[in-house]
Amino acid sequence: MAVNLFYFLVFPGLLFAAVTGAFLSWFDRKITARVQFRNGPPILQPFYDFFKLLLVKETILPKHGSPLIFLVAPIFAVFGATMAGVFILLPLLNITTGFRGDLIVIFYLLTIPSFSYIIGALASGNPLAAVGGSREMKLILSYELTFLLFIAGIIMKCGQHFDLYSIIQAQKAGSPFIGSISGVLLFVVGIFCIQAKLALVPFDMPEAEAEITEGIFIEYSGAAYAMIKLTKYIMFFILPAFLVALLMNGFRFEGIHILWALLKIFAVVLILTLIRNTNPRVKIKQAISFFVVWMNLIAIIALVLIAFGY
Amino acid sequence: MSKKTLIPIGPYHPLQEEPELFKLYCDGEIVKDIKWETGYNHRGIEKLSESKTYEQIFFLVERICGICSNSHPFAFANAVEEIADIEITNRAKYIRSIIGELERLHSHLLWVGLAGHFLGYNTVFMWAWKYREPVLDLFEMISGNRNSYAMFRVGGVRRDIEAIKIPAIHKVLDDIKKKTDLLTGAIMDDPVIHARTKGVGILTKQDIIDYGAVGPTARASGVAIDVRKDDPYAAYPLVNWKVITAESGDVFAKAEVRLLEMYESISIIEQCLDGLNKEKEGDITIKVKEIPEGIGNGRAEAPRGEVFHFVQSDGSSSPVRHKIRAPSYVNIATFKKSCIGQTIADATISLAAVDPCYCCTERMAVAYDINSGERIMNANELINESAKKTNEIKNTFNSQI
Repeated sequence: MAVNLFYFLVFPGLLFAAVTGAFLSWFDRKITARVQFRNGPPILQPFYDFFKLLLVKETILPKHGSPLIFLVAPIFAVFGATMAGVFILLPLLNITTGFRGDLIVIFYLLTIPSFSYIIGALASGNPLAAVGGSREMKLILSYELTFLLFIAGIIMKCGQHFDLYSIIQAQKAGSPFIGSISGVLLFVVGIFCIQAKLALVPFDMPEAEAEITEGIFIEYSGAAYAMIKLTKYIMFFILPAFLVALLMNGFRFEGIHILWALLKIFAVVLILTLIRNTNPRVKIKQAISFFVVWMNLIAIIALVLIAFGY
Repeated sequence: MSKKTLIPIGPYHPLQEEPELFKLYCDGEIVKDIKWETGYNHRGIEKLSESKTYEQIFFLVERICGICSNSHPFAFANAVEEIADIEITNRAKYIRSIIGELERLHSHLLWVGLAGHFLGYNTVFMWAWKYREPVLDLFEMISGNRNSYAMFRVGGVRRDIEAIKIPAIHKVLDDIKKKTDLLTGAIMDDPVIHARTKGVGILTKQDIIDYGAVGPTARASGVAIDVRKDDPYAAYPLVNWKVITAESGDVFAKAEVRLLEMYESISIIEQCLDGLNKEKEGDITIKVKEIPEGIGNGRAEAPRGEVFHFVQSDGSSSPVRHKIRAPSYVNIATFKKSCIGQTIADATISLAAVDPCYCCTERMAVAYDINSGERIMNANELINESAKKTNEIKNTFNSQI
């Protein structure tokens, strides 16, 4: 019990994932700034942001909404993200072996933050948040199937293992999945799904600053918004880590391999950052057709290729 | 009738940097109706100008708009010179055109950046604004100010562009040309930008004529109106250039027109600089003793369209009537056509595509009682209301302390 609590709260759960994620989000902001001829924030900026929101800023409650649901939603989001993080990172960091079928659990846990955002947005009673919430809902509906196909592809590739640990071991025994045609296709699909899950440009229409002024988060302030930031930090680490685990051989912690592990994470984050800096935001309709038609098509092609052994 | 949600854009909204309020009545994400309210920023410039001398009014009208701060003095100079029947020297004409075109350059770059920002493409935003910076530096070199250049006066300009400065201007222009190539390429060839802007916010030729829209908004719909050609002033008849038009009338066409106009501006400036070399240095102003009685209409092509100034003089040192019409005043009305029936995402970029400038547009708002038809809320009442509110706030703070 005490060990599980430690897993959840400190390592590799809340504290570790959040600190690493905050650092990665700094990396993302710094790269963005360099791309845009700016200097970018200091390395501790994500922590300043978080603690200022948590400790200094007051939390303003919307007058026309249900405050309880509004405030509980971000906490749900943190829990969902942390649970997913624990289940991803335990096998990935070689601490425990996980359990059969944890891939399915991770898949569901990863949707909890998005659903919490929607519930919180709708509870705030703001029309812009309602628009943002409906956009987020449409976005989830469009990318979840693709994400499921992506995971199905991985399961097929490693020979019907439903747990992350076996998948990583299968890659370590053989070669990383990304080293094949189907693996590359799955990587592309996975990257775009993560982009949408993190609500980064071009899939940031639930937040769309210039249209609906941060949409789903418009009414959040203070500690409640700090929780959302925390969720975002955690998601910013665990989703790239999940991709590394599924396609890129996972991590190995001995000698030079630590450097490789870091490089893999940074490479995935760099790809996400570059995509978000070289594209405008698409419309929700275009995002739906992008996932439902094109990404699903690529995923299915990958599945067929896997079935034929490529 | 289905229930409509009101999505407010403004009075303070990241889409528009100035105070204004667009009420989008939406059914789901589809905009069904749009209403706009301004009046947050009324400054009484026209009235104020009646109490200033002609020389002072240049500084006043320059402050109507921060971005196209040169177009208002340009139109005002044209109006006053029509009354006094003055023909300025060629050198002054060239300098006026150079300033006008440099302003168009920086204004269009600013718009490209903002449009990128509205589409969530912040890289374009930062790049365009970085490329705009050398233009502002040029202004500082020429006039001493990055903005509000104070270059114009009745009968000429205040400062000369000496021969020693011309190579530096050429150098910056060459640089900007390269960067504009880069920006144009990045925007014209990006498939995602095409997907976001093509077929969005379409204004047909007939819409433009019906609403009397001007400037790049009109030219993007195939209406080739440009005051610089239609009613030539300053050095524009002396140089070679063409009016850029596009046919489709959507947001993409508006971007295209603006980007291509930048090349025309660069070419005009270069020809004007060559023209300057032929004229005698220092020959920039002619002495104007007095403005006779009469009326004058001044027009100038601002980056956003036609600026119109009407000046009536009774022979004294200040005008008796000064009427200003800025391009955004007519362009904003086209939102009724371009936004209704689109999604919110499309409506916002359609709003931004005409490059509306609210500080130019602001008009006084008058409130009438809906039942009796009497005018309510006049200036004194508003001042009293405001004082009352201030006192309330003061009292609440005092009671808290």
